This record gives sequence, structure tokens and C-alpha cells, in this order.
Amino acid sequence: MSAAAKAHAATAAGSSGDGPSDTLSKVEMRAIEKRFPGVHALRSVRFDLRAGEVHALMGENGAGKSTLMKILTGVYHPDSGEIFVDGKQVTIPGPKAAQDLGISIIHQELYLMNHLTAAQNIYIGREPRKGFGLFVDEAKMNADAAALFKRMNIRIDPSEEVGNMTVARQQLVEIAKALSFNSRVLVMDEPTSALNETEVEHLFAVIQDLKANGVGIVYITHKMDEVKRIADRITVMRDGQTIDTVPAEGTSMARIISLMVGRELADATRAEGTGTETEMLRVAGLNRGKAVKDVSFTLRKGEILGFAGLMGAGRTEVARAIFGADPIDSGEIHVRGKRAMIKSPKDAVTLGLAYLSEDRKHFGLVTPMSVRDNVTMASWQRFTSGRMWMKDAALRKTSKEYVDLLKVKTPTVDQETRLLSGGNQQKVVIAKWLLRDCDILFFDEPTRGIDVGAKAEIYKLLQGLAAQGKSIVVISSEMPEILRLSHRIIVMCEGRITGELDGKTATQESIMTLAAQGWGKAA
Amino acid sequence: MTDTALTHAQPEKPGFFTIATMQKAVAFVVLVALLIFFSVFAANFAAWNNMVNIMQATAVNGVLGVAVTLVIISGGIDLAVGTMMTLTAVMAGIVLTNLGMPLPLGIAGALLSGAAMGGFSGAIIAKLRIPPFIATLGMMQIARGLALVFSGAKPIYFNDTPSYQYISPESSITSLIPGLEIPNGVFVMFGVAIIASIILNRSLLGRYIFALGSNEEAARLSGVNVNFWKIVTYALSGMICGVAGLLVSSRLNSAQPALGLGYELDAIAAAVIGGTSLAGGRGTVLGTIIGAFIMSVLTNGLRVMGVQEEWKIVVTGVIIIIAVYVDIALRKKM
Repeated sequence: MSAAAKAHAATAAGSSGDGPSDTLSKVEMRAIEKRFPGVHALRSVRFDLRAGEVHALMGENGAGKSTLMKILTGVYHPDSGEIFVDGKQVTIPGPKAAQDLGISIIHQELYLMNHLTAAQNIYIGREPRKGFGLFVDEAKMNADAAALFKRMNIRIDPSEEVGNMTVARQQLVEIAKALSFNSRVLVMDEPTSALNETEVEHLFAVIQDLKANGVGIVYITHKMDEVKRIADRITVMRDGQTIDTVPAEGTSMARIISLMVGRELADATRAEGTGTETEMLRVAGLNRGKAVKDVSFTLRKGEILGFAGLMGAGRTEVARAIFGADPIDSGEIHVRGKRAMIKSPKDAVTLGLAYLSEDRKHFGLVTPMSVRDNVTMASWQRFTSGRMWMKDAALRKTSKEYVDLLKVKTPTVDQETRLLSGGNQQKVVIAKWLLRDCDILFFDEPTRGIDVGAKAEIYKLLQGLAAQGKSIVVISSEMPEILRLSHRIIVMCEGRITGELDGKTATQESIMTLAAQGWGKAA
Repeated sequence: MTDTALTHAQPEKPGFFTIATMQKAVAFVVLVALLIFFSVFAANFAAWNNMVNIMQATAVNGVLGVAVTLVIISGGIDLAVGTMMTLTAVMAGIVLTNLGMPLPLGIAGALLSGAAMGGFSGAIIAKLRIPPFIATLGMMQIARGLALVFSGAKPIYFNDTPSYQYISPESSITSLIPGLEIPNGVFVMFGVAIIASIILNRSLLGRYIFALGSNEEAARLSGVNVNFWKIVTYALSGMICGVAGLLVSSRLNSAQPALGLGYELDAIAAAVIGGTSLAGGRGTVLGTIIGAFIMSVLTNGLRVMGVQEEWKIVVTGVIIIIAVYVDIALRKKM
């Protein structure tokens, strides 16, 4: 059966009744309803996509963006509502049907097989055959893939193993795979979350090409600047409803944010005060492989020190090395004026250091365990009688205190941590370290995956901690975040510190200049 | 998404409908159903004599099941539990028969040698970063070989230590309640299960076992001495294998050095049937005990019905697959 015939089969629901209102629409979704047990996930949602446009889909986490796109790509079935593709009403019973209709999705986490080549990944399950269909025609497959890449104006070797590629190139392979299905509609879920600035530029160029070829793109993102740059229209969702669809041109960021959160946010403010003079942490000549080169800095009591830089600048590696998570090659670490030998995270914690990873689910939390156990995990030894038996009543009481203190939204402290939202999970991790009496806190991308409203709350929390005399390092790729929080800013590039800025006077431009130093040399 | 969070709210004392409870309930219902089935269709199955047989057979596998359950929850696996059991039995034999020492020393010999071997496995896994499957596969052969070497490849009998019988086959309860005969080994098994359960749910070690099995890296970054607790877990598991060694050799009145291979698979099967996840982080001691009972009731029942020995093995395999499928199905529903 040809692709067209399959697509026809998928439209078997017929196009009787009224047609789509906007004949220009490639895809139109109308009055989509979806309920999950206990949640009304989508309420009469409408969404449309024109050929050759980039339509940004925005909203806080849990607004319903993913659910809507899962319906469009056949993962979920709507309880009611209509979907039109090219003016014909369709039902999309599964991902295969969506593919046959020319609808593909590029997920945030890529679904590629690392040990296969680019071409093998693209044509997996439909390899060209030779020799009575017993053998794969690798030559033809590579040639086809090369032709695809050429059409996209990108240079990738079809016979290169995907596992050896950067995330950015892997993503391009995914896009090529989608195009190989003759996709006319491409859903991209936060495609730039793991890319550096150059890679983002490259991706945008590919997107422009796709647009010019008439491909419609649904672009899910949290990043305002990207939307401003590439989107033609913006649809904002909130609480499972379509709030509004607006043209990207002439709509201010503040307006979009207010649509997303349902209230206007005050303009970003700068950090107040400067911290004290007391030195809490001094790092001198820290080296670790290629990632960390001769890094020296100090951190004072009550200070928020921002670590800015592009992806891969070595900021996370610095924090992990200081924390004892990875071994160092050389360098000295002084904590509260004393030379510290940190060989493992355990040593670091004993000295009052804490590292809050950007990847909370893998490195910060034991998600199947309760909020109570996660809050107290670093301090369990304290809650035992005779270092043997757990004092559960005390655990519960103390974790409750910290949950209240940080306003963690959870029905009880016995809730499994995986059921909490990103912002509340982050608060649980913070509570863990506060309870452990840590006063030197490394925050790696503290608001990654946290929705706009909760971000402000995390900022307030960090500022409050600094005001109480905790010393805080904030590693962030979001410059407004660095500018808003930091008393001082250290900028890194390719494993080295390239400069230090005053938080009050630094600008995005001054940070960027330091962050991009050496990039010219590398290229 | 707050809505979803609230609907999934689970109270601390797990309510009746948590997955773990459901699973144990399902396993228990299966056990009762099997008992009823065999009582009806297999003559003499329900005879007290036969029940005693079942209980004695369960005691060894149940204790080994508990040993391996602890390790599995911590995110590991221990293939050596069967042959470590044999080696501990041989150690008891050497202490009691060859060296002629008193019973308590023999028991201590079995328990300590078990703990040492388990700790050794744990150290290899933690310090040398050898995957548990491989490390304990090696340990399984080491223990098997050492049991043969130490015993001279001959059974060691406990004829000089008549009191050794009191560990498993004797029924001390009969002197308290005349007419009731339950082998001591069954009480030993329940004792081990209760202690292990308390350790798992109430002790610092237990909390770390769950944390390691759920997310070892997060535990490490929380400042937990991951290597130390891993070694302790394997050592405790090895010590419990020592209990199994005492039970099996007491029942046979001899340490049989060639015994032990295959016991590890039955132990793992008991854990899995009882709802312990091989992915780690999830499991209960009670579930494992129920799982061990299901296996021995099945084995015994089919034998009493006159089903060919080989078919029993086939049925056991089928039961394992069904048990894991039920687990997956339950999980999907929740």
C-alpha cells in the first residue's frame, strides 16, 4: 500500500459535515477535549497550523501543550473534538497514522540508536533491500540519506555512528528522519534545550529552509527570545485551555508572559546588597582534564555568585569537581579558611557544601521515595537511635517543618516525590541541604524545567537564603537569571574563567563577550 | 498538574490499594487457590505430614529468598546465595564434626563465613565496579569450589552433635502444645523474615537499601557512603545464607558439598513472584515468603498428584512469567 493510500485509510472517518473554517490551514484542531482520571487536561482546545509557518506553542508546565501534541501525533485519543488535515476531517488512531498523514514529532529526548549510523537510524524498519530482499542495500541507504541532508543544507556523514555525534547533530538526524517520511507538519518539543548558541543558529537556518519548502512547524518552547526570532504566530495555553493566538510581530514579551501566567510580571530586578567580606570558599588552580583549566575564585558569606557561560563551558564540571563528585587533577580548595581535601561527595557534605544538579530526577532526588525521605536523606544518620533504627516520627516532624518553611506544595510529606511538579521537586532538594546545615550551595540551572510562576518563587528563596548568610553559586545558561540573582558574575569559556563582572553593572552583552572568547579560535 | 499530584496522594501507612499490597494480596490469593486446588484434586496433599514437608522445604528457599531480596532491592543481584549456603553448611560441619567444638560455635561459623563471603562479593562490586551479576557469578563458583575443597568432596555428618537436629527438623513446639508438629526450621524462617523486614523498614540500613536501589547516584551526591552500605547489604545477605546453610544441613543431618547449584534461581524466583522488582528499589520480605510458599506448594502438589518430575520445572517457569506479567499489569492500571 502506498503512503498516499495509507493516508487515505487514516482519513476513513470521512469529511462529511462542515469543513474547516480556514482553508489555508494545513492542520486544524477544534474543540479538543481530553480527561485523565482526576484531571481535565484539555478543555475545548483549538489550534491551527498553516503550511510554511512556525507556530509557537507556549504555556507553563502542565498547561496541556504536550497532551495536545500527543493527540495530534496519535499517542492519545481525544474524548471529543475534530481534527482536519488539508481540509479533510481525520481520526488519528496511532503514531503510524500520524506519520502517514505527514505529521512527525521531534521529541525533547531523542529516540535514536547510538550504535547505528545516521542512515541506518533514518531508514530503520524500511531499509532498501537487495539480493532477493535478504540484504540491506547500504549504498542506496547512504545515498538517500546524503540526498536528504543535502536538501536540508547540512553536512552530516550518513555512515557516521549517531553515538559519536553532538546532540545538535543527532537532532538534525531526527529532523531528516521526519522529512524522509515526507512530513509536511513537524512538531518540535523544546528543540534547543541542549544546544549551544552556534548550534541554535544552525537549527534556525534549517527551520527557515523547511518553512520555505512549505513545511508547517509547531514549536514548543519556554524561551521568549527564540519565539521572537522564528515564530510567525504564537498560541498560549493555560490550564488546559487555549488562551489566545497572536501574531509574533508586534506582541511584547510581557504580554505573552501575562497570557501564560494570567498576570503581569514585574520587570526583572537586580540583586540587592553585596554579601559580606567573610570568605567561605576559595578555589585555586583547579584542573580537571579538558573541562576545567586553572580555575580560581572565591565565594563570600551571604553572596550569590553567578557562573555564566555557554553550554559546555565547564561550569558544571567545576562544581562537580569541588563537590568531590569527579576527581580533580590538581588544585587547592579552602573552606572557611582551611585547606580541604575533598575526595567524595561525603567529604564535601561534611564540610557544609551542597551541589544541586540541573538533572534533579537523576542526581538530586530518589523520586520513588517519599518527600519525607528525600528531605531527610542527607541527614538520616542524625535521625537514628544508636545509629541503627530510624526515628520515623522525628523524620516526619522535621520534614514537615521544612516543607512548610519552603512552601512545598504536597498533600503530605509521605507523597512520592515523582508526583510533585518541577518547582516543588527543586524545593525538596533545597530542603534536603538546608536540613543538612549546608551553607555553601551550588545551584546548577536552578530553574530548568520549572514554569514561569514557580521560577520567581525559587529566585526569592535563593535571595532569602543569601540574606540569611548562606553562600550561593548559581550556574545558569539563562542570562536574565544570572543578572537578576548575582552579586558577582564569573564568566567561563572552554574550561577557563574569562572574566568577572559586577552584578549591578553587568549586561547581557558584557557577559556574552566574555562567554564567547576563544570561540573564534576554536572554529 | 497540581490536580494530578493530589489525585495520586498516597498516605504513609500504605493504604490497602497500594501496588505492593495489591501484589501481595494477589500472591496470597494464588497461594490459597493452589492449596485448595491440590487439597481437592491430590489425595493425601492435605495430610498434616505433607504440610510439614512443604513447610520444611519452604524454610530453606524462603530464607535464601529473603537474603536475595535485600540485595535485589538495593539494585543488585546475588547468584551466589545457593553455593554460599553450601559453604556455610560445610563450615558448620568442620567446626562441629572435624574440630569437635560446641554447637554455638558451629552456628557462629556458618553465619560469619556467610557474612564474610557476602561482604567480599559486595566489596568486589563496590570497589572494583564489577557488575553484580558477574561478581556474584564468580562468587558462586568460588563458594562451590571451596565447599568441595574444604570438605574433601565428601558429606560431613553431624552425628556427634545430636542437638544439631533442633535447628530444623525437630519440633520443639510439640512439647508446648502436644499433638502439634511444626518443624523448628519453619520458625527460624519466620524469625529471619521478621528481623529482615524490621531492618528493611525501620533501620538506617534499610532506608539506604531502598535509596541505593532507586537512585544510587542521587544517594551518592547526598553524601551517602554508597560503597560502605553496599558491602553491608551483601554481608547481611550472606549471613542470612548462613542461616539457610544451617537449616539445610540440619534437615539432612549432613553438610552436602555438592548441593546448592540451582537454589539461587529458586530464591530469585520466590522474590520475583512476591513482587520484588529486579530493577531495584521495590520489594517486600513478606512477598518473598509468600512466593517461596507458592513454589513449594506447587512442587509438592504436582508430585503428590503424580505429575512427572520434569513438568514441575516447566510449571515453575510459567509461574514466574505470569507473576511478572501481573506486576506489569497492576502497575499499568495504577
